[in-house]
Amino acid sequence: MGAVKTFTRRAFLVGSVAIAGGVAFGTYLVRRDPANPLADDLAADEATFNPWVKIGKDAITLITPHVDLGQGSAHAQAILIAEEMDLEPGQYRTSFGQPSPAYWNTALAAESAPFRQTDTSFPAQAARQAIGALGKVLGLQVTGGSSTMPDSYQKLREAGAVARETLKKAASVETGIPVDKLATRAGAVVLPDGTELAYTSLAEAAARIEPARDVPLRDPSTYRLIGKPTQRADIVAKSTGTLDYGIDLSIDAMVHAAVRMSPRRSPVERHDAEAALAMRGVQGVYEVTNGLAVVADNTWRAMKAAAALDVTWAPAPYPAEQADHWAEVEASFTEDRLDQEWRNDGDVTAATGDVVEAEYRCPYAAHQPLEPINAIVRVTDDTVEVWSSHQMPRFLQQQVAGVTGHDADAVIFHNQYGGGSFGHRLEFDNITLAAEIANQMRGTPVKLTFSREEDFAQDYVRQIGMARGSARVRDGKVDAVDLQVATVSASTSQFGRLGMAMPGPDAQIVAGAWNAPYAIPSFRVRGYRVPELAPSSSWRSVGAVTSGFFMESFLDEAIHAAGADPLEERLRLSDWDVSRKVLEAVGEMSDWGSDLGPNRGRGLAMVESFGVPTAEVVEVTATERGIRIDKVFVAADVGRVVDPINFENHMQGGVVWGLGHAMNAEITYRDGMPEQLNYHAHEGMRLYQCPEIEVRGLENNDVVKGIGEPPTPPAAPALANAIFAATGKRLRSMPFHSQIDFV
Amino acid sequence: MKLTVNGQAHEVDVEDDMPLLWLLRDELGVTGVKYGCGIAQCGACTVHVDGMAVRSCQVPAAAVDGAEVTTIEGLGTPDALHAVQAAWIDQQVAQCGYCQSGQIMQAADLLDRIPDPTDEEIDRAMSGNLCRCGTYPRIRAAVKLAATKLQEA
Repeated sequence: MGAVKTFTRRAFLVGSVAIAGGVAFGTYLVRRDPANPLADDLAADEATFNPWVKIGKDAITLITPHVDLGQGSAHAQAILIAEEMDLEPGQYRTSFGQPSPAYWNTALAAESAPFRQTDTSFPAQAARQAIGALGKVLGLQVTGGSSTMPDSYQKLREAGAVARETLKKAASVETGIPVDKLATRAGAVVLPDGTELAYTSLAEAAARIEPARDVPLRDPSTYRLIGKPTQRADIVAKSTGTLDYGIDLSIDAMVHAAVRMSPRRSPVERHDAEAALAMRGVQGVYEVTNGLAVVADNTWRAMKAAAALDVTWAPAPYPAEQADHWAEVEASFTEDRLDQEWRNDGDVTAATGDVVEAEYRCPYAAHQPLEPINAIVRVTDDTVEVWSSHQMPRFLQQQVAGVTGHDADAVIFHNQYGGGSFGHRLEFDNITLAAEIANQMRGTPVKLTFSREEDFAQDYVRQIGMARGSARVRDGKVDAVDLQVATVSASTSQFGRLGMAMPGPDAQIVAGAWNAPYAIPSFRVRGYRVPELAPSSSWRSVGAVTSGFFMESFLDEAIHAAGADPLEERLRLSDWDVSRKVLEAVGEMSDWGSDLGPNRGRGLAMVESFGVPTAEVVEVTATERGIRIDKVFVAADVGRVVDPINFENHMQGGVVWGLGHAMNAEITYRDGMPEQLNYHAHEGMRLYQCPEIEVRGLENNDVVKGIGEPPTPPAAPALANAIFAATGKRLRSMPFHSQIDFV
Repeated sequence: MKLTVNGQAHEVDVEDDMPLLWLLRDELGVTGVKYGCGIAQCGACTVHVDGMAVRSCQVPAAAVDGAEVTTIEGLGTPDALHAVQAAWIDQQVAQCGYCQSGQIMQAADLLDRIPDPTDEEIDRAMSGNLCRCGTYPRIRAAVKLAATKLQEA
């Protein structure tokens, strides 16, 4: 008795190493369903119908494998299951589950197919399918790329529907009443006479039967939860200080560790630990990759001792001075470094009319979510246990196994709510360093907490980049746009650290530009790959934050040179109905064209990223003390808004993120070390600078998309365009505060 | 040294210069108070000492000998919410939530001093608390809601 092992076929594991050489896989692998991880440790009276639903005598647990870093993903995933399963919020608990190939991301890989979203041709669809299948073969369980909703929308509703119908089947077996006479409501099967059989009371019976199959989904017009305002499951805990983040966890007999890492990502040349070892509470100093770790009886004592270590570091493996980083970017507009010509409509070389030319820059920036990276690791001879918050749990198992010599399957990972990420928790340093320390003191749980300064210094930064634009305008219209973008490849840097090559050109270099939904008569976008400089990583909205800024700022310049209206001309050029409606929405919301009065200006930008066209209008006032951002209007089309309150919150947050970093954040290198090591030097937006932000969600797209990243890319160009409208000054380099003051 | 945390008396043996933040988190296991920056730039560690909001990362243990400390856990609980916490829940302010303990403690202090703050007063009181998720529009709305509720009470 016990488990309904629908997915009993043995799980396959294909290591990441296999990707590096290019893995060949048969279709049989693609068709096979990975094992249901919930079936492995079910109690006798528990039932599971698929990898997302577990029902016991006392509780219903919904597995939400996309970790929650603040996106509200735990709640939103649960809502999808609960909707079809007829559960009310509060009747279930959620868990991030164990890492498993069953939680492969169906949306993330397909998203990276190099075709515009509007392209439904055979090659485009075939590529999406092939790349999507790769995600399954590799069991890629990833939270990122705004993919939680696209990945979950269909399959979690199906998971809920299968659970519901199986419970009805079980009730039918128990009562002898035919399934079609049974209904479900609020966590119970309802018999014709009104008797309610709680799901939990049916768990044991349900465990004995085959789960229902081919269950139809409900008509969205009947939804109780999806698309309706609901209270986030974590909101009370997060408002009362009772939610434990990874940094708050405590394990019996745990010791506290802090690291002193090379700010140049280089080896230790020499060190003297004498002073540190003599400090109160310090238990030991350990060597780790490119640094030293102090173990103590308290976090503060460990950090204080780490700061007291006397260390000399080897030179950085990248240019020591920031100017040399920029020189490398500037030197990258060559045939040699041409990564791909992504778009070539019409003929930009034959276009005539007035010429507009401009050059743009986007600096390195740091992620720096407010919860510093941390991890608890306990290594024994048989297993490794890890407590932390991470976006790629199965890669985490491999990384830890690589440190300790265990099999990846022997790494037990307890994923935690994260205090923000913005891409930061895709990296592994906190995890592998904690494992390195714990492996040197097997049996003892080690909690590693990064100081803010160490976190900044070890941040894998946003890609640095430049763009050169050349446009032709004629008869009041934009006739040609030729954009060249040169950035380092954050994806290559990131996956390179996992030992994986990224074959082919990197679409992220030009994301937000090459796929711009405009039918400019002549339109060319070329991406150039700058060789690896400071190691970089995905930063909220990845490539679209750079190329979206380049494209939408330059298009605005061309539109102004043509003497056209920024909104009217973008509408005229639109070649996609979904993005046109997003533009129209912000036009209406902002009363575009109305007089704002003296010293004020309004700027528009629209970027499609992660399949979501997002338009923003920013209104500013040029005061005597500097620019004040008064108001922002933002509209996006995600196909379906699953959680409207969370949607609004994230649209606002994405705007704040985009504006704040465009205003004042950059990382620069000197003597091989990052110069900004805490929030005073890399601030982002503060409350007094925050404008009113009016949000609208559109549902014209026929696919469901996520909202974590899309509001960020249009923010910087919309702000720059507004400042131009108010002052006549074009800001072509972020951060803008190097050129203009903000109040 | 002795101090009272959320109504409970404690006696601890720590260095004079150990920040209150770490005394609370690592010595007393009070983890609602968060470490964010360590240099008073983010406000995540905000607690009340003798009724006043302070950045606990900047308060040495020696300075709180005999003091009464209130953290987010002592302000109110899920079963007995403080008006500010209730407003934070009503407005669904939190995203990642990591800064919100400090935001709420700062807001409670503001409303204690100024029951009906102007927009400018809210800006001034709350701008030392960093929110990387960008929940500022909701923080403003929640402060105003809490002010209204507290005045009605």
